[in-house]
Amino acid sequence: MGFLIFLFWAAITLGVAIAAAWGFRAVAAAVTRGEMRRALRNAPLTASFGMLVIFIYLVVAILAPLIAPFPERTVVGSQFIPWSAEHWLGTDALGRDMFSRMIYGTRNTVGIAFATTALAFLIGSVFGLLAATVGGWLDQGLSRLVDVMMAIPSLIFALLLLTIFGTSILTLILVIAVIDSTRVFRLARAVTEGVVVMDYIEAARLRGEGLGYLITREILPNVTAPLVAEFGLRFCFVFLSISALSFLGLGIQPPTADWGSMVRENATLITFGDITPLLPAGAIALLTVAVNFVVDWQLYRASGLKE
Amino acid sequence: MAHIWRMIAQRLGFGLLTLFVVSIIIFGATELLPGDFAQAVLGQAATPEAVANIRRELGLDQPVYVRYFDWLFGVMQGDFGTSLAQRGRPVSEMIMSRLGNTFFLAIYAAAMAVPLALTLGVLVALWRNSLFDRVANSTALSAISFPEFFVAYILIFVLAQSGYFPSMARMPAGADLGEKLYRAFLPALTLTLVVTAHMMRMTRAAIINLLASPYIEMARLKGMRPSRVIIRHALPNAIAPIANVVAINLAYLITGVVVVEVVFVYPGLGQLMVDSVSRRDIPVVQAIALIFAAAYVLLNLTADVISTLSNPRLMHRT
Repeated sequence: MGFLIFLFWAAITLGVAIAAAWGFRAVAAAVTRGEMRRALRNAPLTASFGMLVIFIYLVVAILAPLIAPFPERTVVGSQFIPWSAEHWLGTDALGRDMFSRMIYGTRNTVGIAFATTALAFLIGSVFGLLAATVGGWLDQGLSRLVDVMMAIPSLIFALLLLTIFGTSILTLILVIAVIDSTRVFRLARAVTEGVVVMDYIEAARLRGEGLGYLITREILPNVTAPLVAEFGLRFCFVFLSISALSFLGLGIQPPTADWGSMVRENATLITFGDITPLLPAGAIALLTVAVNFVVDWQLYRASGLKE
Repeated sequence: MAHIWRMIAQRLGFGLLTLFVVSIIIFGATELLPGDFAQAVLGQAATPEAVANIRRELGLDQPVYVRYFDWLFGVMQGDFGTSLAQRGRPVSEMIMSRLGNTFFLAIYAAAMAVPLALTLGVLVALWRNSLFDRVANSTALSAISFPEFFVAYILIFVLAQSGYFPSMARMPAGADLGEKLYRAFLPALTLTLVVTAHMMRMTRAAIINLLASPYIEMARLKGMRPSRVIIRHALPNAIAPIANVVAINLAYLITGVVVVEVVFVYPGLGQLMVDSVSRRDIPVVQAIALIFAAAYVLLNLTADVISTLSNPRLMHRT
């Protein structure tokens, strides 16, 4: 019986998701023009569902103080109040409103993950471009350094560095960004290698153009597309590793509302059959799935495959 | 035969070199510490005398390279120094009791995940673009996107709630194998689910890549039975990519094991590492990081050797 009820709800959720994705695609195609509109109209439902989810997360993150009924860090009631009309998702281990913390968590968790990914891309692509363009000892040195750093599993490396520098949001961002930039470096270097052997680069070199001009005007426009697609995938990795670290109590520190640590703080409820602590974890999973869907679609479009 | 041994020795030497550099990084990272190790340990209580005392006790008044080689030679003899948080307790003693547990969990998970993932991967590759393929693929894509602790708690919620399996994987001393398998089932299942998704997708990609090659088409055109095409022609050539996929995913287990051990309070290395990070017990973290890194390097090395062995062309590459 329980299984049938579960199936029933799963079917309803799936139906609502498909309808929402369809509606979002129709609206998005109606408000855009030109090339963008054509792309959106032909987007598969999974991709438009992904875009819808990302859009909702963005709105929630930006408008967090307006949506949340209670402040982020204030104790508003006793501990572990069950779901009610006042506290939609109940309260947590200290008596803070779960629903409000979920909303603020969107801003904190996603914001920090985004900043980290952006930093990782900045570091990785700058060095990757330099290594491939300049070549010689710089390329050799950087590549061997990256090889060695990649020989240590990233979570283990992050744990080691966090022990040394202590746990704060800034060190977390720096540590994850540096570790993740090695992967970006590999890609940026590989893609650039393919571009620097082109004749137009040779022509620009013979013209006497400087390194800065070569990279920004000649190479960068030709390597942006694969790097942008990679950004989505990297974001998922960074987001998951930051959540894992926060869950382990070593990432984003309380009282900042964050999904990973919210799961950790309220995990005891699960053994009593309360699903509230699963919701922040589900929010993490939903965003990662959504980003993956959109990246899949973009990769498919970029490759021009029609099977 | 001789050139095979030479190749293996060469790869092994390269792996050792990598491990040596990794050990320098793991040891050298502490040198990045602003101020001093001793100050970090003492924190607020850092009077100049106390700092000097600790520095002498830990040998911090020695130059870096002396300390590094002391540490390295100690490690080679199984001596990882002493813990900072629990004064005077040898790190090797703390690790030894847990190392076996972590390996047990990893092997348990691998024993479930590898056959499952390979079978599923080959099946979806053979029936690609069918409904089964689509469902398996999108399920796998979602499973990859789930954080490990989400999968773990869903399993606790569904399976431990109903009382079939314990949600706390404490390992009583002297438990027999059946008892151990029963208690470690949920952590192992979590790891299996996470790793299987990755492994299945990669196997599928590898096989599809292979089935597109001309000699498979040739075999089909000869009128060979499909099963024979797969077993005689496709599988021997699939060993290299599949060995790679398995090794990469077993290496991935290393990362997953940390989170899963914490969720299930499993007495393994990962849990010890997380505890030590929050206590800033640097010698313990260094030792465990070295063990995990060594396992990681070794797995990648094995994959490399197997794929070279299965494809003789690679032997003459270098």
